Amino acid sequence: MSTAVLPRENYLNTDYGLRSWFLTTDHKRICILYLLTITLFFAIGGAFATVMRLDLATPAADLVSDETYNKMFTMHGIIMVFFFLVPSIPATLGNFLIPMMVGAKDVAFPKLNLASWYIFTAGGCFTLWALISGGVDSGWTFYTPFSTLSSNTNVTLAALGIFIAGFSSILTGLNFMVTIHRMRAPGLTWFRMPLFLWSMYAASLIFVLGTPVIAITLLLVAAERVLHLGIFDPARGGDPVLFQHLFWFYSHPAVYIMVVPGMGVVSEIVAAFSRKRIFGYTFVAFSSLAIAILGFLVWGHHLFVAGISVYSALVFSLLSYFVAIPSAIKVFNWTATLYKGSISFATPMLYAFGFIWMFTIGGLTGLFLAALGIDIHVTDTYFVIAHFHYIMVGGAIMAYLGGLHYWWPKMTGRLYPEGWGKLGFITVFLGFNLTFFPQFILGYMGMPRRYHAYPPEFQTLNVLSSAGASILAIGYLIPLVYLLWSLKYGPIAGPNPWGAKGLEWTTSSPPPKHNFETTPIVTEPAYNYSELEETAVV
Amino acid sequence: MWPSLFPEEASTIAPRVDALYFFLVAVSCFFVVLIAGMLLLFAIKYRRRHEHDVGASIHGGMVLEVTWTLIPLGIALIMFVWGAKVYFDEYTPPPGNSVIVYGLAKQWMWKFPPMDGQREINELHVPVNQRVKLIMTSQDVIHSFFVPDFRVKMDVLPGRYRTMWFEATRTGTFHLFCAEYCGTGHSRMVGQIVVMSPSDYQAWVAGGVSHNTLASAGQTLFTNLACASCHSAASGSRGPVLNGIYEQRVKLQGGQSVIADDAYLRESIMNPAAKVAEGYQPIMPTYQGLVDDEQLLELIEYIKTLKPAAASAPSVTTSEPEGQGTSQPITEHGKSSSAVSSPSAAPTAQR
Repeated sequence: MSTAVLPRENYLNTDYGLRSWFLTTDHKRICILYLLTITLFFAIGGAFATVMRLDLATPAADLVSDETYNKMFTMHGIIMVFFFLVPSIPATLGNFLIPMMVGAKDVAFPKLNLASWYIFTAGGCFTLWALISGGVDSGWTFYTPFSTLSSNTNVTLAALGIFIAGFSSILTGLNFMVTIHRMRAPGLTWFRMPLFLWSMYAASLIFVLGTPVIAITLLLVAAERVLHLGIFDPARGGDPVLFQHLFWFYSHPAVYIMVVPGMGVVSEIVAAFSRKRIFGYTFVAFSSLAIAILGFLVWGHHLFVAGISVYSALVFSLLSYFVAIPSAIKVFNWTATLYKGSISFATPMLYAFGFIWMFTIGGLTGLFLAALGIDIHVTDTYFVIAHFHYIMVGGAIMAYLGGLHYWWPKMTGRLYPEGWGKLGFITVFLGFNLTFFPQFILGYMGMPRRYHAYPPEFQTLNVLSSAGASILAIGYLIPLVYLLWSLKYGPIAGPNPWGAKGLEWTTSSPPPKHNFETTPIVTEPAYNYSELEETAVV
Repeated sequence: MWPSLFPEEASTIAPRVDALYFFLVAVSCFFVVLIAGMLLLFAIKYRRRHEHDVGASIHGGMVLEVTWTLIPLGIALIMFVWGAKVYFDEYTPPPGNSVIVYGLAKQWMWKFPPMDGQREINELHVPVNQRVKLIMTSQDVIHSFFVPDFRVKMDVLPGRYRTMWFEATRTGTFHLFCAEYCGTGHSRMVGQIVVMSPSDYQAWVAGGVSHNTLASAGQTLFTNLACASCHSAASGSRGPVLNGIYEQRVKLQGGQSVIADDAYLRESIMNPAAKVAEGYQPIMPTYQGLVDDEQLLELIEYIKTLKPAAASAPSVTTSEPEGQGTSQPITEHGKSSSAVSSPSAAPTAQR
């Protein structure tokens, strides 16, 4: 569509050589470093899932041993959660876009930003070391006293790996918050900000407030294993359920770390491909903050059968229903945005539709788990597996892929092939639903999670799920191939191939090293496609 | 043949869980159809027809925002209340007689020590249409007792007794799963619940009578550990007399009080200093490591059989509130056990 050439000077060609990458403080290059790192982790985590789904195609545990299977799901969970999903959108798209969206040259603390990547990578290496030197079988949840007393695998190493990586989350969150507070361009008031910034701000809050708790918790597990402290060991007066409280105090908000940035991406995509301001901007913006705050008050819903009092279960159930409301508000507002829009079916928009579908199903099934009477039956079954994969894989990865496609021309200066993009989306969408929808039924039938062998009546649905997983695996490979292809052969994108609003689209693609030739001045609200009156903000 | 995709409804609580489930399924279907339908409708109707088209100048609407905040909130509150009701009923054993069953979980098996029936591993026989009260603990890590066809589940914790109940409504054999990941053999920690008609159940209980009931084993332990050297009227009241203490309110030092249930008795043996009865010194040593979980159950079962001495206030046994009906488990569970509980003299009574 464009006969233009790439800008003569951009952040990719100002310096060459490994040194210019590994010592860079440019947020855009750090984004690329993260992109490569987490893609590697995604591939490793995905390989474990593939082995599990292959094994589960038959009821008898016949492909790998019980020990191996348990290590597979443990490492799948640890790598996907802590080394892919948590950093996915924030560390890549967040790093690339936050300075550009606020109209700044870089994040507030560029060197800290690079340090975050090194810390993250060090934590990842630690965890990979735990994996290579024998593996871990505690489950990604590290429940005590199994993890402290019973497991004789590399629990301590893996916990330390996550502990280290946590500092990267904290520093990244801090960096983003300061950037959004202090570095906005002249005229960019809070309520003129793109919704992606609101959601990244909310996620950063969770990074900064939640991560220290998981760090302390995992340190206690490591200390209990090494020093036999007795914090979680009932024989020494400890309480094993205490661990679950501490663990979920971070790990439930962590779900929102994964999905709230995705909501921000979807808001950007829906606005850009409807050429319309997001319906109810302020409601969508504040719902991100509401989710971040309420998300800290619902951890107990993971413990309804674990031994908490029925009265505290009541409180946690009620609060869990409250956190569903801001999520519902977002979905309704995105839908309403389409009304009288100018809607394009470009690949990023398809991923946004995919996100809304996945997130709606994932969110509604969350209501089942928040209902105390149903939770007793379905907790720790495949119903839970299906639910959180709809949110974290269906939701978060759909948004991640959608965002990657939307900003790919900005990051690389080149467009991907649109036909292949649509094919990739359709494959991922069908594969995902075929993999995980049967698991809801399986869970209600009573198949417990983390089961290597299972009774034969569960086989039909497991075969369907495994078939879906193989389609999904191909679906993830398709974008990998054509995105790499586009780096060399993709059409030149030009500064704004989508006709989108937003500061990042006002500069060349790929952007120059310092993002903008001159400091931008913002004079209008976000998504001002039809020249709105600013006073009309709801 | 098309395989069944729904679990059996084999307990009193199952239809209630399912009713709530179907309500949520209906609400979910409504919202999925609504949102997906609107998305598709708008996306097709307002598809971009010319490259430079932009959307209409609409930015929000307070009425809509309030509507789609309040309606979901109202529906959510219905779900909350309904779910809470089912949960309360499921986790609060109702008054009245129940069959009492002890469950011991360990890597990777379920043990059901015999009250006076047969010793069972990975298999539990229960009568149909009769409440079964389970008192469970774990000998190692956390496990979870899960019977999908009954819609019941409860985590089983080391160092704690947890109590749940169910009432099977169909005879047959049902899966028992461990639902909390517990290590290498987690998926092998499965068993079955065999629900029998009352006559079959009686025959099964009678067929397996062993002379070594839980309570009689507990009595032997009680003697061997010399518990009576403190816990008897003759001991100069170094420790409280245990006759008739089960399910009664015990006053503690410092003015608080506690019901002497299974959990309290267990704690008092393993960690005696935690809650000391009023008027006694914290002189009892811990029996942690001296008695295992199974022996603890035997001791507790024996203590339950100790009837209050005739001289002491008889009102203790009759003042029982209706919610505490589970204190007569032994008589409920078959007649053979009554022999154990007949002597009501000092706990050291040699038999």
